[in-house]
Amino acid sequence: MRNYFWLIPLFPLLGFMLNGGFGLWKVARTGTRPAKPFVYCVACGSILLSLLLSLTCFIALLQVDPHDRVWEFELFSWIHGPALQTVTGDLANFHVSWGFQLDPLSAVMILVVTGVGFLIHVYSIGYMAEEEEGFYRFFAYMNLFMFMMLTLVLANNYLLMFVGWEGVGLCSYLLIGYYIEKKSAGDAAKKAFVVNRIGDFAFIIGMLMIFTYFGSLDFTEVFHGVEEMFPTPETLWGPLCWIALLLFIGATGKSAQIPLFVWLPDAMEGPTPVSALIHAATMVTAGVYMVARSSAIYSRAPDVLFIVAVVGICTALLAASIAMFQNDIKRVLAYSTVSQLGYMFAALGVGAAAAGIFHLMTHAFFKALLFLGSGSVIAALHHEQDMRKMGGLRKHLPRTWWTMGIATLAIAGVPGLAGFFSKDEILWRSFSNPEGHLVFWLVGVLVAGMTAFYMMRMMFLTFHGEERLSPEVASHVHESPNVMTVPLVILAVGSVFVGYLGLPAWLGPNVFEHFLEPAFETSYHGAGESVHAAPSTEILLTLVSVALAGLGIYLAYQFFLKNKEKAARLRERFSGLHSIIYNKYYVDEAYDVLFVSGGTGWGRFFGAKNWGRFLSAFDNNVVDGAVNNSAAMTKFVAWGSGLVDIHFVDRIVNLVGETFEFFSTVLRKIQTGLVQRYALFFVIGIILVISFYLYMGV
Amino acid sequence: MVDITHYLVLSTIVFSIGVVGVLTRRNVIIILMSIELMLNSVNLNLVAFSDRLQDPSGQVFAVFVITVAAAEAAVGLGIIIALFRNKETVNVDEIDLMRG
Repeated sequence: MRNYFWLIPLFPLLGFMLNGGFGLWKVARTGTRPAKPFVYCVACGSILLSLLLSLTCFIALLQVDPHDRVWEFELFSWIHGPALQTVTGDLANFHVSWGFQLDPLSAVMILVVTGVGFLIHVYSIGYMAEEEEGFYRFFAYMNLFMFMMLTLVLANNYLLMFVGWEGVGLCSYLLIGYYIEKKSAGDAAKKAFVVNRIGDFAFIIGMLMIFTYFGSLDFTEVFHGVEEMFPTPETLWGPLCWIALLLFIGATGKSAQIPLFVWLPDAMEGPTPVSALIHAATMVTAGVYMVARSSAIYSRAPDVLFIVAVVGICTALLAASIAMFQNDIKRVLAYSTVSQLGYMFAALGVGAAAAGIFHLMTHAFFKALLFLGSGSVIAALHHEQDMRKMGGLRKHLPRTWWTMGIATLAIAGVPGLAGFFSKDEILWRSFSNPEGHLVFWLVGVLVAGMTAFYMMRMMFLTFHGEERLSPEVASHVHESPNVMTVPLVILAVGSVFVGYLGLPAWLGPNVFEHFLEPAFETSYHGAGESVHAAPSTEILLTLVSVALAGLGIYLAYQFFLKNKEKAARLRERFSGLHSIIYNKYYVDEAYDVLFVSGGTGWGRFFGAKNWGRFLSAFDNNVVDGAVNNSAAMTKFVAWGSGLVDIHFVDRIVNLVGETFEFFSTVLRKIQTGLVQRYALFFVIGIILVISFYLYMGV
Repeated sequence: MVDITHYLVLSTIVFSIGVVGVLTRRNVIIILMSIELMLNSVNLNLVAFSDRLQDPSGQVFAVFVITVAAAEAAVGLGIIIALFRNKETVNVDEIDLMRG
């Protein structure tokens, strides 16, 4: 398999070209769209092939010795740049190849991407069934996304990773704006794209710095160079810290962390399978993957690690608090995603990259399931997303109810389900690791309780209590077809069992972390030592977090099912706080004032009376005067050049003509037409010539 | 003894008569005959020098010139006939088609 794993991204690319190319051709040629069965067979089939190949490669990888589990395959050489001088004074060729690398980390990623991706593709067949115009377009974009995402995780150098990074951003843009007739969708797509660009900018600068320091962009060479140039962690703020920080800013854009998280909730304008695939399971985790991949750099930049942890845990807290008060079902899930991504970054920041990736994997399962379930609800209610107009759907949508219930319990951290293991691993590491801190743990546990609260609130508002459906919707409520519910069931099974791959130390072997170990071998030397310390402490901390999750569930039950007046009363009492959080802390508005409409804002600031008068006078006298004077100058110069033209240039031309006329009238007299006269001139000429020679005596 | 000088003097006289004829006479046919005179004076020259230098190539040239003169006379007469048919005259004073 060593030489064939590069085929994994190829199948979705072929699917994209077949669906997109054939679809465009057919629409242009015949005006009809390609048949739906053809489109979804191609799209799902290509992902299925990738999934099977990924599984085969994974099994083959398992059979290799753990220390040899890095397969590289160079497809072709891509960029041959000139030789450039690096900081150390050496010359390094700017050479980048289209090369792939399969190691435990990317193996986990491709399994998550193709596995969850395949289920979401299948689900989309049912969800998008009513689409006519965009059916082939949707599946073509989805396949393109899968190609780009697999390129991202399989790349063996930063630049190819960046290709995938930008490619998934593009597909995200295309799919958020899928409903092209909706202005809000277009705006959300633009917002996502522009906010991502801010992060990408930092990523590019980080890449350039990597090249100038290590003379290469290949992971192996860069990390080798890091080990040589920086054998010990950088204690002072130096180049390695800058590289790490710039890469992390790139990651905050893609993975929706403070301060660049604002695009993700708006991205919910896209179709729900897109939210599940791109904005929950795969693309937004690209930043986590990138930081984990660069762990050799981060482990030597402790200051930046601390920033990563702080940003991660703050994002988790902020997003969880916003999620508690949202009414749109998809927005609750969107903020929940931001919050969980914050957990992952907190894990990376405390030096527990394996725990972060573990949470990434479990999160992919239960969050994809939650999104798909919400899609099932939305489809059943004819695109109603407001939870205040739902309720009591349990008996109408039984399968959606129990699958989403499992996912909710999993994300809430109920023991025995996937989210419990991964979240607890992160919380424990944030407490026990040398990079960790008690504060991280405290905030993390608080967020865990909030997560349980808002997720159960969503469940209760949607599926339980009295029905608040509008009458015309209520008559049409129906459970989704099998093509949508079967993926839900499979994901639900995954949400239960995938957690057992990473048991806590006091319960059993952590297979997952053991598998990932070679990928992080070079980094986090300090991490391994304290892990096995004090299982009793770990159990105690686990109990605390479980208790808080239970409290969250109980409160949600009290407020949203049992005793609704209480919730309303509390809301009244803290109405100020409520409105601040409900409006997402006015972050969007602040960004709008500071950056988006900043120009007009500054103008208004200076527009205060005197400034206005001054500016107006300045405008009238200086600006307008300059314009008018320059016009007058132009007029004068034009007049002068006109005179020169008439009296000088034209005169010369006429003079030439007149000269020729004069000479021609003279010479004309000679041309009598009488042959004898010509002969006479002829003879005279000859006599002259002969007499000249005779006279000269030649 | 007839010296080459005699030939050359005769040739010069005949040539001059030809030139004057071409420049002064009005009748086209006479002009044509004057051209023949000039050609024949040249022939006389060629033969005289051929005899003087004991080289027969001069006489060969003379034969060529006579042939060309015959052709030229034929063409010239043809032109004159065409001219006469159009203009009803053979007087060169009245023929000024090339006037500028």
